[in-house]
Amino acid sequence: MNILYDEHLDGAIAPHDKADVLADLSRAIPGMTLLHHEEDLRPFECDGLSVYQVLPMLVALPETLDQVETLMRRCNALGVPVVTRGAGTGLSGGALPLEQGVLLVMSRFKRILDVDPEARVARVQPGVRNLAISEAAAPHGLYYAPDPSSQIACSIGGNVAENAGGVHCLKYGLTVHNVLKVEVITIEGERMTLGSEAFDAPGFDLLALFTGSEGMLGVITEITVKLLPKPETAKVLMASFDDVEKAGRAVGEIIAAGIIPGGLEMMDKLAIRAAEDFVKAGYPVDAEAILLCELDGVEADVADDCETVRRVLEAAGATDIQQARDEAERARFWAGRKNAFPAVGRMSPDYYCMDGTIPRRALPGVLKGIARLSEESGLRVANVFHAGDGNMHPLILFDANQPGELELAEEVGGKILELCVEAGGSITGEHGVGREKINQMCAQFQPDEITAFHAVKAAFDEQRLLNPGKNIPTLQRCAEFGAMHVHNNELPHPELPRF
Amino acid sequence: MSEKYVSPRYQDASAELGEQIRQADAAGSPLRIVGGDTRGFYGRTMDGTPLSLAAHRGITHYDPVELVVSVRAGTPLAELEAALEAEGQMLGCEPPRFGEGSTVGGMIATGLSGPRRPWAGAVRDFVLGTRVIDRAGRELRFGGEVMKNVAGYDLSRLMVGAQGTLGVVSEVSMKVLPKPAASASLHLDMPLEKALDRLTEWGRQPLPITAAAYAAGALHLRLEGGASSVAATRERLGGDELKDGFWQALRDLNLPFFNQDSRPLWRLSLPNHTPPLSLAGETLFDWAGAQRWLKSDADPDEIRAAASSAGGHASCLTPGTAEPFTPLAPVIAKYHRRLKAELDPNGIFNPGRLYGDF
Repeated sequence: MNILYDEHLDGAIAPHDKADVLADLSRAIPGMTLLHHEEDLRPFECDGLSVYQVLPMLVALPETLDQVETLMRRCNALGVPVVTRGAGTGLSGGALPLEQGVLLVMSRFKRILDVDPEARVARVQPGVRNLAISEAAAPHGLYYAPDPSSQIACSIGGNVAENAGGVHCLKYGLTVHNVLKVEVITIEGERMTLGSEAFDAPGFDLLALFTGSEGMLGVITEITVKLLPKPETAKVLMASFDDVEKAGRAVGEIIAAGIIPGGLEMMDKLAIRAAEDFVKAGYPVDAEAILLCELDGVEADVADDCETVRRVLEAAGATDIQQARDEAERARFWAGRKNAFPAVGRMSPDYYCMDGTIPRRALPGVLKGIARLSEESGLRVANVFHAGDGNMHPLILFDANQPGELELAEEVGGKILELCVEAGGSITGEHGVGREKINQMCAQFQPDEITAFHAVKAAFDEQRLLNPGKNIPTLQRCAEFGAMHVHNNELPHPELPRF
Repeated sequence: MSEKYVSPRYQDASAELGEQIRQADAAGSPLRIVGGDTRGFYGRTMDGTPLSLAAHRGITHYDPVELVVSVRAGTPLAELEAALEAEGQMLGCEPPRFGEGSTVGGMIATGLSGPRRPWAGAVRDFVLGTRVIDRAGRELRFGGEVMKNVAGYDLSRLMVGAQGTLGVVSEVSMKVLPKPAASASLHLDMPLEKALDRLTEWGRQPLPITAAAYAAGALHLRLEGGASSVAATRERLGGDELKDGFWQALRDLNLPFFNQDSRPLWRLSLPNHTPPLSLAGETLFDWAGAQRWLKSDADPDEIRAAASSAGGHASCLTPGTAEPFTPLAPVIAKYHRRLKAELDPNGIFNPGRLYGDF
């Protein structure tokens, strides 16, 4: 797909003169860092979806909320789009800049404002790293549960914008389940508190609405998160399988046994071999699949659960089952999975990480579908996933230097997402839609549903200045995308004008 | 791994509902959305032609292994929970029932959760997806049947607690949980201050507590989890066995506390670790203190100010209260009106149910 903003499909943006905008913002917010020379803009040209780069018109690095507020007011008055960025680790191009827009970087808001161990909450600024929250809570025996793999680097503000997940989601929920309150600033420069330090707030659940809204409804300026007591103990089992289908069934059987593991991950042969080459975690390189099952909680319960899971894995046909003997070994078992992406990256000049969710029972079928797409395209695909909640991360290996391979990888990726939708799942489990999956939104949602999304957007951002071209496609885009899937020579949405 | 399909009475009234809604929108004629009509007390009285969800009922999909159930709004909660019970599963949010007629739709509309809420999550935390009938009578689908789903705005969760003011939720998909292997309930006589201290202390430890209430001079606790940990914790905490039915009565606001006199009933929603507020009246502490029920003749402004200073809010649940809910901050109210204007410009969906101006 063409990753660049396309006014014909994404909507018109009023042209602005960079010098004028720079002068206006400098005058209105004299103390704020505002970058405008090309070499200063370059470091911000992409996020974690690094194959795509766009230089923003300007980069703003505020340090106070007054600066953010004034920036929003001025951009609103001028009609200048604003793309918000946290740590820039996102994998769907949510923070990909707009050529005609300001990139609002929130990374300087990196203070942990308060940790309250008795109320079990932490109040933090959006630029604080996810892991830093757990580190600050650790002396109190508490931690922040959502653990995206990028947690040493990703920002909590970005986590809220994407409704980030991680390995421990199955048991502890996504970001939306772990946040009590956020402060936001709207495009009109108004400050709002969504949610509360209590468990609910009057009126609509605007906190849930904003969580996962990908920077499209407002800018997050403060977050109050829930902290949980650290589990007494955690044990991890690694099971090898000679057949991916058996491994998939074992996942279902564990849940059917009434156990909700802290984490339940699967890797296929290609991913296992890559990880073992890189990290030497002791993974079985001849297995077709491995399952990593972590059970956490009170000692006595965990011991009981380990026994139950062992029996389930044996009955499911595991060829080998190992239990980590101590903390060091547990860390080692996980090291392979946690380093799966860079490990796979060593096998290929480039890789494209997909993110889709399917019902667990659809796993064998979808894996077969992926294998077929891999064979047809000639591109290898390694599979790593949060098997417990059906969230898949197929990693498509390719070489961007080979003409056409990037496009081919994207095409394979798009087809994988369609498999997910067909199987009754979603095109994105945790990475967000961003720019990357905006076309596939047309496969997941009907036009009337897309229209409802636009209506919600209009309530908060009439001029569509916040992160335009992301997350929710226009109907024009869906008509165009649908044109690539013409059935019986009938063009979808014949009533929509095509530019 | 088979899908189970359990539906004693299974009816699809979405077409009729859609038509009634479409006509109401064309005429600008307000609708009063009704399920079992057991939650009238939780909001403002409003006029409107009844739009009954009673004929739109049944479980459309239940897969215990996938931990998901999809069910139509007119289904009685009792029916849904019986189906889950048969598979050894439950709704973690423990929704209250205010009569045999309480429906799934009413649960979603009010978003009220039971004693387990602080530990397991609220109604909205378990919602995976919804079908919503919009003002044009079209049934739209948001979310889905999988937990990890961040595509598009979370309109499903927005609908929870919105009391029908943004659209008619016709169906909901919810995450279900296995029932705990073991359960025990305790009753420990102690003064209030000590109970609140204990709760704060235990809250920081990985104990299998899933309900905590203070009433009638005693701390009431429920333990749920593995047999070993429940037994060990019981041993450690001591106390007497709490009779069966306490949590259900608390959940459904059916303890004597709620009905014994005619003073107004208030719900205070407060941060963890909030000390007792100095308000006239009698308080029952639920959610380890984060949800407090107050029987009081005190001035509503005083009660609201106390809740607000503590970082929370207060709602009056006595039927017929003109303004039951805490007034919204002006900028929040603005965006409520804007959302309403976008999704229900002709004001047909339960207008005035939450607040007078939408």
